[in-house]
Amino acid sequence: MLSHYLLTPLADIAVRRSLAAIVALALGAGPIGVFLMLRRMSLIGDAMSHAILPGVAIGFLAAGLNVYAMTLGGLAAGLLIAVLAGMISRATSLQEDTSLAVFLLISLAFGVVLVTLAGIDIERLMTFLFGETAAKMNADKLLVIAVNATISLIAMALIYRPLVIDCVDPGFLRSVSRKDGIAHLAFLAVLVLNLINAFHALGTLLGIGIIIIPAGIARFWTRDITIMIVLATAMALLSGVAGVLFAFHLAIPSGPAATLIAGLLYAGSVLFGSNGGVVWRIIPGRHLEA
Amino acid sequence: MAVLRFHDLTLGYERHPAVHHLNGVVDGGSLTAIVGPNGAGKSTLFKGIVGALKPLSGAIDLQGLSAKDIAYLPQVAEIDRTFPITLYDIVAMGLWHSRGAFGGIGGKDYWIIEQAIAAVGLSGFEQRAIGTLSGGQMQRMLFARVLVQDARVIVLDEPFTAIDAKTSADLLDLVRRWHNERRTVLVALHDIELVKANFPNTLLLAREPVAWGMTENVLTAENLAKARRMCEAFDDSAEACALAQTA
Repeated sequence: MLSHYLLTPLADIAVRRSLAAIVALALGAGPIGVFLMLRRMSLIGDAMSHAILPGVAIGFLAAGLNVYAMTLGGLAAGLLIAVLAGMISRATSLQEDTSLAVFLLISLAFGVVLVTLAGIDIERLMTFLFGETAAKMNADKLLVIAVNATISLIAMALIYRPLVIDCVDPGFLRSVSRKDGIAHLAFLAVLVLNLINAFHALGTLLGIGIIIIPAGIARFWTRDITIMIVLATAMALLSGVAGVLFAFHLAIPSGPAATLIAGLLYAGSVLFGSNGGVVWRIIPGRHLEA
Repeated sequence: MAVLRFHDLTLGYERHPAVHHLNGVVDGGSLTAIVGPNGAGKSTLFKGIVGALKPLSGAIDLQGLSAKDIAYLPQVAEIDRTFPITLYDIVAMGLWHSRGAFGGIGGKDYWIIEQAIAAVGLSGFEQRAIGTLSGGQMQRMLFARVLVQDARVIVLDEPFTAIDAKTSADLLDLVRRWHNERRTVLVALHDIELVKANFPNTLLLAREPVAWGMTENVLTAENLAKARRMCEAFDDSAEACALAQTA
């Protein structure tokens, strides 16, 4: 019975592509989500996921439903905004979150105008926002997601050390390196890559869910950053795969399906997580000897 | 031999000077206390030395020292104590000068880190998350990181503030050890008696340099009173500095 639900979707190549894409997406998203959380940037990441919309729309206007054109457009829009916001906050006294918020609002407004003018039909728009209905994916999208995830993993490995130091003690990084801003900018670039991946796999509105929620789950189970990253990746994989299967069986978009699964796991972790779960606060047990 | 030279150095914020027309030389291997009232420019001077603040005028001549030759412990470390990282890993950050962003940490490095942790009396705490450390333990950990940095110049900003007496005494022993190893050490302090007992040289700063030299000649009642008078708040309507115009 269970095997029937798990195996019948695999008969469809488009669903197999969706599942493969989820594996790639999760591998990139796990570490990115953890660092977003630890840098207190989860909401910024959320906002940035909407900011790539005008770029995608321009790609669509220029080349129609071409995955590569939409990817390049989204990448350009995301990087432009990340770099502009970073430059403005470094050159002026405006905080980076404020300048990002300003750019994102402008960008999203621009994106909606473009999408409307381009006359994208409502079904296509729903796919943009919420991901493919019934989890059918074409081969081009899978290729783009796989390439992005590969670049993302390599880049994260390269900037891991300065990024950790920049999170935990930015003053120290500044005192030992004059190039302390590079790690942050590279991180924003990798974030944009993963946002594009999430957009392709799960839609622009909810795709960020598979990046942010697994990190939140992991935080409730460990105090070690390495285990946190592994756990977040595993949770992204689990909710992504389950989301795709539900999307197939119920003929719903994959974005909300994956996000709801992740949400359920999150709720369970908030209650029972071994590191600060609510239940253990209510029933703390007897205090220790030392 | 000088390791730091200040040439008519003015440091400050938004054109207001916090350190005003400082001239002088820090000799290699010297142990200098920087003393002065609140707002005297001690922390500002340190930010200038480590390159975190550009001079408004004048210059700091580092005599060929680069960032990796200077270990800097700020007054309020910007450490995110909720970050999931161990004491060991924080101390290991001190290896940046030799390992950089990508270099692997090898056999001798482990020994260096263990030695540093032992020297500050934190053996056994290696795997503790930094969020579980007390204020004194945090400061010991940061001193261990300075030890690992193995820098020729060490700059400590109010390192004994809000620390228990035992920890202060232990950390002061480390400062003496660095001095004995012929490193150049600059320490901002407000405890005059501590300075008189332990620091051969003193710079008394009150935005303007009041006196600089042998501690017993600098920390006189007359100089200290002068320092207190000189240190006023920023004046928003201040004229452009006449000295700066002629320079």
